[in-house]
Amino acid sequence: MTGVASGGLVSLASYLQFPVAVMQSAAPVPESDSPLVEVRGLHVSFDRQAVLRDINLAIPRGQTVAVIGESGCGKTVLLKTLIGLVRPTQGEVWFDERNLQALDEQELTAQRARFGFVFQTAALFDSLTVGQNVAFPLLQHSEATPDERQQSVLARLAEVGLPDSVLNKKPAELSGGMRKRVGLARALVMSPEVMLYDEPTTGLDPIMGDIINELILRTRRSHPVTSVIVTHDMLTAHKVADRVVMIYPLSRLRDDEPQVIYDGPPEGLDHCEDRRVAQFVRGEAGDRLMELREEIDGRVS
Amino acid sequence: MAVPNAIADLGGFVIDAVAAVGDAALFAWRTCWWMLTRLPRRETIFPNLYQVGVLSLPVVALTGTFIGMTLAVQMFFQFREMGLETRLGGVINMSLVRELGPVLAATMLAGRVGSAMAAELGTMRVTEQIDALSAMGANPIHYLVVPRLLACLLLIPTLTVMADFMGVAGGYFYSVAVLGIDKHHYWINSQQYVGSYDFLSGLFKSLFFGATIALVSCYRGFHCDPGAEGVGRAATESFVISFVMILILDLFLGIGINSVYYVLWPEGAKLL
Repeated sequence: MTGVASGGLVSLASYLQFPVAVMQSAAPVPESDSPLVEVRGLHVSFDRQAVLRDINLAIPRGQTVAVIGESGCGKTVLLKTLIGLVRPTQGEVWFDERNLQALDEQELTAQRARFGFVFQTAALFDSLTVGQNVAFPLLQHSEATPDERQQSVLARLAEVGLPDSVLNKKPAELSGGMRKRVGLARALVMSPEVMLYDEPTTGLDPIMGDIINELILRTRRSHPVTSVIVTHDMLTAHKVADRVVMIYPLSRLRDDEPQVIYDGPPEGLDHCEDRRVAQFVRGEAGDRLMELREEIDGRVS
Repeated sequence: MAVPNAIADLGGFVIDAVAAVGDAALFAWRTCWWMLTRLPRRETIFPNLYQVGVLSLPVVALTGTFIGMTLAVQMFFQFREMGLETRLGGVINMSLVRELGPVLAATMLAGRVGSAMAAELGTMRVTEQIDALSAMGANPIHYLVVPRLLACLLLIPTLTVMADFMGVAGGYFYSVAVLGIDKHHYWINSQQYVGSYDFLSGLFKSLFFGATIALVSCYRGFHCDPGAEGVGRAATESFVISFVMILILDLFLGIGINSVYYVLWPEGAKLL
């Protein structure tokens, strides 16, 4: 994967005019055995509707985990639970040996500064310029002078291949790919220990999707970062992840069945014997189309 | 089967209503706590002051003027029947400074600013911008709600003064210039009827109205349903709830203010 990644980085660098030497000098982050992020017996329900049931996940420092699964299976909820944006109905989320549920609001805020979150829609603040968006975490958490902030912002924008000219533009003036990259720059500006990506390539063309994948790889190589990537995109899962976790919608499971139906290396997905995993990896509707028709017919009748 | 279902539905409705009231109270408490413990940044407060104060001023002034003139139109004939048309100024001005000025300014604020706040925060909720704030270690209540609450609290008395002034001016203009009432007697009677207590009680009430508008609108925005329809509903509901609450508060504050007046000036109360 490293060879593929560095090859991809060279081509990406020429596309984005990055300094290649700097990129190649970054060493891979060594993985540690002790989990930095750990989920224990996690249950999440909304209005008595269960979304996640008994999820257990330990993510060692430096690992990149891709969480895959069908739409509505609870991937984004899981990601938001990791940073305390969604409170578990039951179970615990531990970060760096701290139980996030036991922290008060100020402590939780301090811990969140150690995370970077790239939202599916980028979630840039409409009323602020690109520069103000990227500088936002610095304003919240650092004592940097305006000049230092400006330098950091420009460096992060350059890192994701955006020119200085976007600095004073509003998010509405940018394309989807540019917005995603601004979101990535904003998430990286505090050099977080954990990066959380919510469907980073969704809605982008294949080339821009690959650029985002390369940027995720590059981030991993240049910063000592642990990453969790929620995605539908099997290319992303294969390209950037060390480990893939597949979760299945609760509505399609019996009460005694585990919700995590695959947890292993990306290469193992292609040989997995579980029919549900194989169906998702190959993107086959199979009997689901028939089930949907029956469901619709049932509702109509 | 229908009866148990109806009871279950009713029970569910009551539980949801109690939970919603508790949630709103918690939201208000958190906002007050953040407001008292940490001042918002200058760059978040000034745009809100401009939006609430400067941009609301023309519409409040215009409606105030017309309300003053309309009161004169509506009351003139009844007062003339009794030969009391020179007392018109006292009644118009008393109605304006005690009731219509504060309620009118608050209604304009709820319609113009409250709905916009709910729509803006609702859009931020739907597009995950509020989640992004939390994820970056900023408290959304401190960053988004406190500046809006402060802007409403600080500027609604100013808007009320403007509504009072323009209403009084409008009533005077119509009564004197159009209806031909003697201006000397118009002012003398106005002075007799309207005191500082009436004026200050109006301003006091406006503070509660401003806080209600900001809290209701921000709460509805924060708890907006997904999609364009959800944002639209949040904007509409924020105005409707704010308006109803303004009227309910107006009644109870009016009773409270009158009770205080009776305690402070028992002789005056007897005269009234």
